[in-house]
Amino acid sequence: MNARPRRRRRVATLRATGRALWRSRTGRLGLILTGLLVLAALVSAFWTPYDPTLVDPVQQWLLPLSGGHLLGTDNLGRDELSQLLAGAGTTLEVALLATAIATVVGLALALAAAATPRWAGSPVERLIDVLVAFPVLLIAIILAAVYGGSTWTAVTAIGLGSGVAVARVARAEITRVLGTDYVVAAHVAGSGTGRTIRRHVLPNILPTLIVQLSLVMAVAVLAEAGLSYLGFGTQPPTVSWGRMLQEQQNYIAIRPLLVIWPGIAVALAVLGFNLLGDGLREATDPRLRGSAAVEAAVEAEQ
Amino acid sequence: MNILVLFLLRRLVLLIGALAVASLLIFLVLRLLPGDVAQTIGGIQASPAQLAQIRRELGLDRPLLAQYWTWISGVVTGDLGYSPLDGASVSSQLASKLAVTGPLALGAVLLAVLGAVPLGVLAAVRRRGRVGTAVSALSQLGIALPTLWVGLLLVTVFAVETRLLPAEGFPVDGWASPGQALRSLVLPCVTLALPEGAVLLRFVRSAVLDVLDQDWLRTARAKGRTRTGALLHHGLRNAAPPVVSVLGLELATLIVGAVIVEQVFNLPGVGAMLITDVGERDLAMVQGEVLVITAAILVIGFAVDVAHRLIDPRLGGRE
Repeated sequence: MNARPRRRRRVATLRATGRALWRSRTGRLGLILTGLLVLAALVSAFWTPYDPTLVDPVQQWLLPLSGGHLLGTDNLGRDELSQLLAGAGTTLEVALLATAIATVVGLALALAAAATPRWAGSPVERLIDVLVAFPVLLIAIILAAVYGGSTWTAVTAIGLGSGVAVARVARAEITRVLGTDYVVAAHVAGSGTGRTIRRHVLPNILPTLIVQLSLVMAVAVLAEAGLSYLGFGTQPPTVSWGRMLQEQQNYIAIRPLLVIWPGIAVALAVLGFNLLGDGLREATDPRLRGSAAVEAAVEAEQ
Repeated sequence: MNILVLFLLRRLVLLIGALAVASLLIFLVLRLLPGDVAQTIGGIQASPAQLAQIRRELGLDRPLLAQYWTWISGVVTGDLGYSPLDGASVSSQLASKLAVTGPLALGAVLLAVLGAVPLGVLAAVRRRGRVGTAVSALSQLGIALPTLWVGLLLVTVFAVETRLLPAEGFPVDGWASPGQALRSLVLPCVTLALPEGAVLLRFVRSAVLDVLDQDWLRTARAKGRTRTGALLHHGLRNAAPPVVSVLGLELATLIVGAVIVEQVFNLPGVGAMLITDVGERDLAMVQGEVLVITAAILVIGFAVDVAHRLIDPRLGGRE
């Protein structure tokens, strides 16, 4: 089999998945919400209405739609909308970096546990069970106790913590694929371990992995907000939704909106990635796709 | 009977092994990462001789393995060491903080289960109807809302605006004034229970959906049981095992969520203590606290495995 038809088939699969994703209500909402987050992050990289960190005592506590500030200003006179946009950039950056780490750590652990001889795989499997007891926040606390809080503390902690979760899912999937007839056939035909993993295992666990990663993104967004709220994550002057919440919580009685906006931003981003994950699961699982199609047909009739 | 005992023994050995590995990991990571306790205590102006003196007093100049052995043999007898900063005993500090965090976590679990189980069953039974869709949508929302934000809003509504409940803090004399202590835990418990309950609800729903599709449930109905009767009598017992497993994982995230909630509500619990000690770079304290939290998560995992085994009708725990 040469490369070209394989690539064409891959593109076709991708397109079909995309269409299935857009057809389901869950997937469409997920795509829209994550699209909005990416858009806000991209825009904020080049332009925000004001400098989000610009402190202006004269412009303190402006109400929404006054003084040229769409969402008003906070206790230090910083423009709320600019901060929200810049926060989207921070959130996406942390979530993407953390998810990249989680993918590498997760796949490495899972392969070491499932695709190696028993004497090597079994201890790794036990190790994964122990690592589960170190959630993201605990890793962040250990790192922050030594290094202090920073964006990298958050990224590393979220990446390692979620990596273990990815490893558990990937391990089960790899074990399943390794037991299938086509892998046995490939082995008999002379395919080595490396080749089998590249050609058969990785492509077949990809759908599950992608779903899992989009859920990791959701967890990362929540964790980033939590960690910077506690002071273990992104430090000033970099804007972060979690720290906006922490800075404004004392004024919640005066300006509740300043606390509400960042919270809604976090919630929408998390919801977006969670729905995207659910939608992808439906789109890639033929069993569920069938039921979604039936549901869509029922809806169309009504 | 024998099989059950063997299973318990096997799991117990694994648990002890996991605890040993976890303690070693915590110890090594906190020792090997750069950062010097002696420097923190002595201050920037301390001379090298003073620093060496402090290290000797704390036993930091001894071999790593010997240090670990001293620590872990103390831990086994319930002595988690002392803070090098103020000399406080880690164990007694932790015990007093657990009096806040323990009830907080238990209350939250109780609320989450009480809310999630009936709503999850409802969402599954009415999956095509408006009720099912609404409940599912609500659970998605519950998962997405940041815990700390929900806490802040609840404080505004119930404490600042209506003054029904205390906004933050815990009575100084603790559980000596039980009414006040309970009242100050209401909002934190609700805050903590909301995301946990939302996640649990999804799993209850999908577990019940699985059961609803089973042939044996149809058989039960064919033999004359009503839909509700069949579900209550046969369905829930079969839907329970996966839910119990998830509940165990949830408890672990709950302990972590408690750290954030304690911060929002200014409660003097384990989480608040941990944050303070991290700020002061008090590694002895952090080491003890992290070990206790990790151990709690591992023990909960063990308990859940055992419970799973006992209630799963297919595994025959009742023999």
